[in-house]
Amino acid sequence: MSRILITGVSTYWGGRLAQALEREPGVEAIIGVSPDDPSCPLERTEFVRVGLHHALLRRIVDAAEIDTVIDTRLVVDSLTAPPRVAHEANAIGTMNILAACGGRGSPVRKVVFKSSAHYYGCERDDPAFFTEAMRRPHPPRTRLESDILEAEKAVDGFAERNPDVTVSVLRFCNALGPDLRTSHIELFAMPAIPCILGFDPRYQFIHEDDLVNVLRFAVEHDLPGVYNAAGDGVLALSEVASLLGRPLAPILPPWGTSLGAAALKPLGVRVPEEVRNQLRYGRGIDNRKLKGAGYTFAYTSRETVLKHAEAQRVRRLRDGAAEPYRYEREVEEFLRWSPSVRRKGTV
Amino acid sequence: MPERPALPAPTDSDPRSLLPAIEPDRRVTDWGRSELVEGLFDATIYEFLYHYWFRVEVEGIENVPATGGALLVSNHAGALPPDAPMIAKAVKEEHSRPRPVHLTVEHFFKGYPGLAMLINKLGGVPAHPANVHRLLCDEQQLVLVFPEGRKGTEKLYKDRYRLRRFGRGGFVEAAMRARVPIVPIAVVGAEEAMPTFAQVGLLRRLTGLIYFPITPLFPHLGPILGSAYLPAKFRIRFMDPIPTDQWGERPWDDKGLVQTVAEDVRARIQDELIDLVAHRRSVWFG
Repeated sequence: MSRILITGVSTYWGGRLAQALEREPGVEAIIGVSPDDPSCPLERTEFVRVGLHHALLRRIVDAAEIDTVIDTRLVVDSLTAPPRVAHEANAIGTMNILAACGGRGSPVRKVVFKSSAHYYGCERDDPAFFTEAMRRPHPPRTRLESDILEAEKAVDGFAERNPDVTVSVLRFCNALGPDLRTSHIELFAMPAIPCILGFDPRYQFIHEDDLVNVLRFAVEHDLPGVYNAAGDGVLALSEVASLLGRPLAPILPPWGTSLGAAALKPLGVRVPEEVRNQLRYGRGIDNRKLKGAGYTFAYTSRETVLKHAEAQRVRRLRDGAAEPYRYEREVEEFLRWSPSVRRKGTV
Repeated sequence: MPERPALPAPTDSDPRSLLPAIEPDRRVTDWGRSELVEGLFDATIYEFLYHYWFRVEVEGIENVPATGGALLVSNHAGALPPDAPMIAKAVKEEHSRPRPVHLTVEHFFKGYPGLAMLINKLGGVPAHPANVHRLLCDEQQLVLVFPEGRKGTEKLYKDRYRLRRFGRGGFVEAAMRARVPIVPIAVVGAEEAMPTFAQVGLLRRLTGLIYFPITPLFPHLGPILGSAYLPAKFRIRFMDPIPTDQWGERPWDDKGLVQTVAEDVRARIQDELIDLVAHRRSVWFG
C-alpha cells in the first residue's frame, strides 16, 4: 500500500502518471498538486491547487501521510514557461518540495525527481555518451540549464541529509509523442525542419509511454541515485528528418546563430538557446544503468521517431474528433464525493 | 505507516550485454558513422589514393587482431593528414577479416561547420577518454589514435619523421583500462604528401581553423586544389601487438608505468620510421 503525491499533474507526464497509478490496486491514495488545472481526466486522484512555489506542501504531506513523492514539475523546455516562471518553479519550487519531504518525523520514504539530460548540456568537448557519473565539462550556458543544475544539487543535498529516504533522479532525453508540446516537437512539425548550416547533431528520443513507465518503474522499485532515461540508439538529425519524411532546412547560420534565431522568431520559428546548443553539438546519454536495473524500453529512438511520424500524419484527423479535456472542479468533486454517485467495485 | 512492498532492483549485469541492439534498417551508427557517405568516399577518393596515388604497401597486417578491441597507435603527419584514412583502408583491404577502424579526432572538428557533419560520418570520433573506452572495451572495436595529435600535423617539413611528444600517455591508460592490446604503426609517405613549410598565425585566427599551413599547393590554389596531395609512396608497417594485461590489476594507477609504456611505444615507432626511411630509395617511387 502506498500513498502517493504527484507534483505537476497539469503537465502531460504528471497527468499520465497519475492515470497509470490509479489503476494500481496497491496504491491507496493519490494526491495531485499543481498551480494549474489537470490536463487529463483523473478518476480517483485528488487534485489540490498550490502556488508556483509549493510553499504549503508540508501540511498536505503530513496530513495525508504521504510516503512517496513524485516530482514531475521541473520545467525542462523554455517553450512551456517564460524564463522567470521557469526559474521560480525550478529553483524555489524544488527547494520547497524537498523541504516538505524531509525533516524529523516525515512520513516520506521515497522521492522520485524528474530531471532532464539538459543537466549535461551540449558542448564541443562532450563525450559521445554521458554516464550518470559524468559532469558537464563547462559551466552551464543557459538560464534553464543552470536552474536544472541548481535543482539537482538541492536534490543531492536532500538525499545526503535524509539517508533513510530513497531518492531517484531520472534524467530524460528529448521526449516525443502526439500529446506533448516541446520546442523540438514544434520544430519537427514544420514543413521543413530548421537546423544549423554545416551541422548534423546526434539525437536520442524517449517515447511518451516509456517516459511514464520509467517514472512508474522508479515508484515500484527502489532505484537510489541518478539514472539516465533514453531510448536505445542515437540518430543523426538527418536520419530523424528522413524518418519524419520532411526535408532539413539549414536556415540558421553557423556563426551568429542567436541572431539568426532572433530573425526567425517573428516568422513563428522559435529556437531557444538550449535547442540551438543541441542543434549544434547534439548529445547522447548512456541508458545502460537503467537497463541494468531491470527496465526494458518499449521503443528505441528510431521507433519513437517513427511513432511520432505516424501521429503527425493523423494529427488533423484526431484534432477535430475529440473535445480536449477541461477540468471542472464542481463536476470532479461531485463524482468523487457525492453519495448519489453509484460506484462500481471497491475503488 | 503502511508497509510498502519495495522490490529490490536487480543487480547490474555486464555493461556489454546492455548495449543497444543493432537496428538493421539503419544506415548510420550511434556514433554518427554513415555507411552511405563512408562507402562513397571509400569507393572513390580513398580507392584512388590507396591504389594509384600513394600506391600503399602494407607490412604486418596480421598484427591487427581479427577479433576483440585493439588500440592502433600511429605517427601523424600532413596538414590534412592522409595517414588515418590510409590505415583504415589498409585494414579493410589487406586484413583477412576486414573491420571498421574508428579514428579519434580533435574536439575542434565537432565545432566547425561542415567538418562537423563530414568527419563523424566517415568514422571520426572525438578523442574523449570515455569514447575510446566505450569503443575498445564495450564495443570491442578497433580504434586508431595519434598521440602526437595536433603537434604532429602542424609540424614543419624540416622536422619530418621526428616524433613529437606522445601527449600524457592517455592512450596507454585507455588500452590498459579496456585490457586490449596496443598495435604500434609506422607510416612513411604522409610527410611528403602534404608538407607544411610554414604556419601563419594571423590567418589561423581569422579563419577559426586549428592551424593555417603554407603547403606546396595551399593557400595559393584555393581550398579545393590546395588540399590535393603530392604522389608520395606510402609504406605502412604494423608492429607486434603489446598486450596490456601483463601488468596485473589496475596498472593504470601506476603513472610511472604508463609513461614508460608510452615512451616505449614512441621509441618503437621512431625506430621503425628510421628503418623505413633508410631503406627508401625515392620519396615518390619507394
